[in-house]
Order: sequence, then structure tokens, then C-alpha cells
Amino acid sequence: MTAFIIRRVMQAVVVLLVMSLLVFGGVYLLGNPVDVLIAADADQLERQRAITALGLDRPLWEQYLVFVRDVLHGDLGKSFVYNIPALQLILQRMPATLELALTSMTIAVGLGIPLGLYAGYRPQSFLARTIMAGSILGFSLPTFWVGLMLIMVFAVELGWLPSTGRGATATVFGITSSLFTRDGLAHVLLPALNLALFNLALVIRLTRAGMQENMPMDYVKFARAKGLTMRRVILVHVFKNILIPLVTVIGLQLGAVFAFAVVTESIFAWPGMGKLIIDSINRLDRPVVVAYLLVTVTMFVLINLIVDILYSVLDPRVRLSDRS
Amino acid sequence: MYRLRLRALAVVFAATIMTTAAAAQELNVGLSGAVTSIDPHFHVLTPNNSVARHIFDRLLNTDEHQRLQPGLATEWKAIDETTWEFKLRKGVKFHDGSEFTAEDVVATLKRVPWVPNSPSSFTIYTKAVTGWDIVDPYTIRLKTAKPYPLLPNDLSAVNIISKKYEQAPTGDFNSGRAAIGTGPFKLVEFVPGDRISLVRNDAYWGPKPAWQRVTLKQISNNSARVAALLAGDVQIIEQVPSTDYAKLKTNPDVVISQIGGNRLIYLCMDSFRDQSPFVTDKSGAVLPNNPLKDARVRHALSKAINRPAIVERIMEGVAVPAGGLLPEGFFGASPKLKPDAFDPEGAKKLLTEAGYPNGFGLTIHGPNDRYLNDEKILQAIGPMFNRVGIDTKVVTQPWATFATQASAPTYAYSVMLVGWGADTGEVSSPLRSLIATPNKEAGTGGSNRGRYSNPKVDAVLQKALATVDDGQREKLLQEATEMAMADQAIIPLQYQINVWATRKGYVYAPRADEYTLAQSVKPAE
Repeated sequence: MTAFIIRRVMQAVVVLLVMSLLVFGGVYLLGNPVDVLIAADADQLERQRAITALGLDRPLWEQYLVFVRDVLHGDLGKSFVYNIPALQLILQRMPATLELALTSMTIAVGLGIPLGLYAGYRPQSFLARTIMAGSILGFSLPTFWVGLMLIMVFAVELGWLPSTGRGATATVFGITSSLFTRDGLAHVLLPALNLALFNLALVIRLTRAGMQENMPMDYVKFARAKGLTMRRVILVHVFKNILIPLVTVIGLQLGAVFAFAVVTESIFAWPGMGKLIIDSINRLDRPVVVAYLLVTVTMFVLINLIVDILYSVLDPRVRLSDRS
Repeated sequence: MYRLRLRALAVVFAATIMTTAAAAQELNVGLSGAVTSIDPHFHVLTPNNSVARHIFDRLLNTDEHQRLQPGLATEWKAIDETTWEFKLRKGVKFHDGSEFTAEDVVATLKRVPWVPNSPSSFTIYTKAVTGWDIVDPYTIRLKTAKPYPLLPNDLSAVNIISKKYEQAPTGDFNSGRAAIGTGPFKLVEFVPGDRISLVRNDAYWGPKPAWQRVTLKQISNNSARVAALLAGDVQIIEQVPSTDYAKLKTNPDVVISQIGGNRLIYLCMDSFRDQSPFVTDKSGAVLPNNPLKDARVRHALSKAINRPAIVERIMEGVAVPAGGLLPEGFFGASPKLKPDAFDPEGAKKLLTEAGYPNGFGLTIHGPNDRYLNDEKILQAIGPMFNRVGIDTKVVTQPWATFATQASAPTYAYSVMLVGWGADTGEVSSPLRSLIATPNKEAGTGGSNRGRYSNPKVDAVLQKALATVDDGQREKLLQEATEMAMADQAIIPLQYQINVWATRKGYVYAPRADEYTLAQSVKPAE
């Protein structure tokens, strides 16, 4: 197990290095951030001063080496736009995105698994067919449109929920989050719902497919013959087998939701990391873009590692061996 | 038979009605641009400047029409060619109780060039000051190297900080520790990308704002911002998208306020090079003699554009066709300059006179995410040029890419769509930056992407910049603009109209400089 983990960590470092090279070069090719940031009536001298101040007059390879050296000291660079360390900027926004991602995955999994289990248990029933038809809507409707519709219906027409922003926060056990206040929950509901739709559809369909695959199997018949209730058979035995592909996909999706909830965050003006990254790309704020992608890649690697370990826990037939 | 019980998930709708400011003196503002810092000297950026005006004051203020008004300075005059004297307001207190004196002005002037890592520094407004002289705590004299009549205009952009925080870094302002000003509101909290919370300064020297608590919320997405206004989550929004303008005008819960702004959208042409990369013959080969160097060709291009159609169809009425650099009413705007009438026959005639009876090939470039409807305007101009015989291709790019390619030192394009907001509210700003010959030492032509050069215009402009008498300077600026337009230095398209939408019960005095100020939002009578 330890050898496995060490090998994975080494692979992760290589991935990070290659990715940072690509992103660094890519953003450099897009343009000069000074042209985006500088005031229109600034003259040529002011432009030159800004270029020097941001370190953009040195050759690209030198800028990259300075960057790598700083990263090894724990400094991921300072944002051109905000003039605060890029990592600090990202970590400032992380709790908001974390709240959104966790809430939306909870909705997706909490609703999706029961609905999928029922749809798989009684596939011909009216309810099951409605659930499956509904799931098609879930992954085909564009997030952008659904978000605006949710705002129009629940915030503008009905006035039940707030239309924008993050709610008030409260600190419980040292963790500050808007999920601990009523106002915060009201604010997070619509964006989380918007973000959850796609994953909800995914979970429903995966669960149902898992059910349909496992129910005809011998061990189910054997368990029933042994006298176990259907409830126990499904919720304990079948469920564990369904969980394996489900956990893999949910892990990947959690990472995607966490890193790239840009559209939802833009529409709901949710102050998270997704909005930060798209704004930084538009403004060519290279330190933030690179730092953000470094953080995201690390997170994806970690999530994949956890999923693999969980895999071996769930299915004793799997041994964690290095197949690389 | 066993049935699987479905867990019915009851979604709890928190019946939290957003507290509107109906009874409470609370105001929520929907901003469109991102505020990157509370440090008023960090970045010359309209959202930052707008927020700074809540917390800080300047020696001179600008009113809705960008005319100078007394601020922290009650009187100002040039006592000789190179010295300006400012008499400061007495009895003004900073938010922490300390008195405002001339030393705070000096601390401000010293801090502006010192701020580290500024992507666009305020030194453009303070570098004319070469020295200062504190005559007494409420009188200060500022020296310039040569006669500089625009010093009061420039200083109206510089926010005054407390001398205690002269060396405070940007982070201290963002956290609130150093964000001590003399303005109508005090900073409570700055959450980057989310909101800015302010509370009224009851010891303010000027008119007391109507709001005890103000939250400036950042809602960049246009539709979401309009939805927030309709839902009542905010009481005023800025930058109303033109697509929602008509609907909001007829909505009984919404009040629209608008004013002609200082932003000009124009076409800039490469009149410098003998061969311009995107000016070709009909087969695509670059023409050996750049037709854009001929004023008749430039006039033809201007006549080919149907400005009223663009304003009506694309801007949905939220713009004004332009013939000069600033709309009438602004200092230095010439009443003689009217927008060119749509005249494709006249354009063809001019092209024939210039030696291009069959036109030529052209590619026009522009940004697609910087100005309101920039891409659509460019796409409308393409067919208009086609109609007079110029085979036109349209290329739009994100501003980040476009700006780098189009500006110095690359100058990659031939005809470009750009905008210009005159921050000083008068015509010397566009003349200096867009029309004057590019000159690094003199600091002129910084945004003259076509490298247009007319020594006669330069001479009149230089004379104007050194003329302290307002009346004479205005005449010279008008003369310089008229000369530049007679030579078609640029093709002005339209002036933007700045639009705000408020909920019924709130009134906003619209501003030409696009700032949204909570202190100017008042409850309706």
C-alpha cells in the first residue's frame, strides 16, 4: 500500500510540472496583462513602469524559473490584479466553493441514490419511468439556462429565495461557513440545485444500471432463499456492489464541480474559485491562473487516490498493486 | 410484499424574505465591475475609483457633468505660471477622529508613486507636481515644471488618505486598517469578488447620505444583475444591458435614469505605414500605397457608416451618434462638429477621386468583450463598407489578445474599433492620447494606435495645454478637434449613454463618469 501511494505521489509531481509549463506558456502567448489592466490615459512611460513592476520585461524562461524557485519556497506568486499572494486569494474563495460543491453533491447523491434504487427495483412502474425521463432533462438542459430560470421563478416571481450572492456566515467549532445560518442556507439552495442537476441525473442512471445488473445475480437469489428481507438484500448487499462504479464517478464529478463551477458561480454571483479563474483568464492574471491549476490538479490527484483506496476497501477482490 | 419506501425529501424553503430597505435605512447596490482593492492609489480602474469615492474625498470633486466642484479644497487658483495654490477646508475629520490638514495632502502625493506593484498607477495624475510648499495647515502650494492648467482636473482623481498611513501597503487598506478617509461612508468589510459593506459617517462635512448601511454587491452577469433588481435584492443597478432597457422602461416597479456619458466608440486607422498589413487589393495582396494615408479615403469610410441605424438597431437607442471627441456640454467640445450623414454615394465618389473606383480589400479588428455591443457594431460596419466597394472582413477577439496586438509596440492592425472614456471630463484627454503624435518623452499618443500624426494639430494642442485661462483654452481645444476631424484623424461612431435602473421609491442622479455612488441615491419624494 505504501509503495503504491509513494508511486502515485511521484506521478503527481510530474503531472504538476508538465501542467505548469503548459499553462505558463499558454497564458504568456495570449497577451500582455499590462494592456488589459492599464488605465486608458496612461502614457508610454507609465506602461513601461507597470511592465517592470510586474516582472514582465524578463525573458519567459527566466520568469518560469523564478516561478519554480518560488513554488519550492511555498510562494505561488502574487496576483497582478489584486497584489495579494495568489494562493491566499484562492484559499479566501475556497470555503464558498466548498460549500457549493458539497451541498450540490449532497443533493445529487442524497436524492439520486434512492430514486435510482427505486427505478432499478421496479423498472416498469410509472414512477420509475418518470424518474428516468426526468434524468434525461437533468443532463441535457444547459446549466446557464436552468440557473436563470430558477432565479426568475423562485426569486423574481415567487420571491421565496434570494436571487444572488452568498448569505451570512457563522463560526461553529472554528469553521466559518454560510451553511450554519438560515440566511446562508437560503442563498446556497438555488445555486446548489443548479449545479446538482447534471450529477443527479448521472447518479440516478448509474444506480439504476447497477440495480438492473445486480438483481438477477445468483447471490441475490441465494440471500432471499436464505430468508433475508428484500430490504436487507438491497440496502446491504446489492448496494455495496453498486457503490464501486458510483464512487469512482462521484469522486471525479466532485473534483469537476469543485474546480469548474464557473457558470453557476457567474450567474448567482457566488464568490467562489470558479469565478476567480475565469476572471483571471480574461484579465491575463497569470499567477492566479497557474496557482489555481496547480491547486486543482493536486486536488484531482488526491481525490483519485482516495477513490482507489476506497475501491479496495469496498471490493476485497481488488488488491492495490502497481500496474504502471 | 415488501415495498421499498421512498425517502421523500422535503425541500425546506426558507421563507426568508430579503430585508428590503423599505423601512430601514439600508441600501443594496448591484455593481457590474470587479473591485480589486480598497487602496485608492493601487489601480486606476473605474470600479475601484467608484468605491473609493464612498470612503475617501479628493481636493476637488466632479459633479454629474464632470465639472469641478470644491471638495477638500474650497478655493484654488494659479498664483503664477508654475504654482497653484489650494485653500483647504477647515474642520474636516478623518474616520478615526484626526484632523485633515495640508500634511495629509503631502502624504498622499508621496504615497501615490510609492505604491508597489501597481498595474496602472495614479502617477499619471500626480507627476505634474514637482514640489510643494505648506504655507499653513490649511493652505498648500503645488509647483509644476511648466504651466499646467489641468492640475485641478488631475487632482480630482486622487483620493486623500491620512498621513498616518502614508506607508501602508495595499493589504492594510483591503483589511480596513488603513482605509481611513474623510468620505461619507466608513468601510466595514471588503470581501473581494463578493461585496463591500459600508456604514454612514455621521461626522461627514458634506451632505449627510440617506443610508445608514450600504452593501455594494458585485454581480457581473448582466441577466443576474437585472434579476436581482426585479427580485428586490438590490435597489439600484448600473450598466443596464441594452437588451433589457426597453422592458425595464415599461416596468412599473423600475425607474430608469440616464445621461450622455463621456465614452466615445470610434474607428482608428493606420495612417502611418506605407503598407498596412490588412489593407489589400481585391485578391488579397497588400497594397503598395496605403489608401488610409489619404484623407479622402478616411472621409469616405466615415460617410459609409449609417450611425443612426447602429444606434437604433444595435444599441437599442442607448447611444448618440458622434461627430467629435466628446458630446456637447463637455469642456472643449465643439458645437460645429456634427456626425457624418450616411452617404454611400458620396463615399464612392470620394474613393473614385482618391483613385480607388473599385474599392479595395480591408480587415477590421475589434474586441468582443470590452465595450457594450462592440462585436455587433463591428459586424454591422462590415457590410456597410462592402456596399461602397470595400471587401471587408471582420475579426473580433477578447480584449486581452486584441489590446496586446493592436497597441504599441506591435501595431498589428489597420482599422480597429476602440473606445475612449475621458476621465478628466474634457477634450484634452482624447486629444492628447488618441490624436497627438506618439511621443514617449512628451507622454502623448499613448493610445494612438493608428499613429496618426498632424504637426498642426499637435502645435495647437500644446498651446492649449499651456493656456491657463479657461475661455482661451476651450477655444484652442475646439480648434484642435475641428482640425483633426477635418482631416478625419479617427472615425467617431457614437457616444455611450450611461444608464442606471432603480426600484420605485429610489432616485439616482446619473453621472457622465459612470460612477455609481451610494451617497447620490436618494429616497423618492
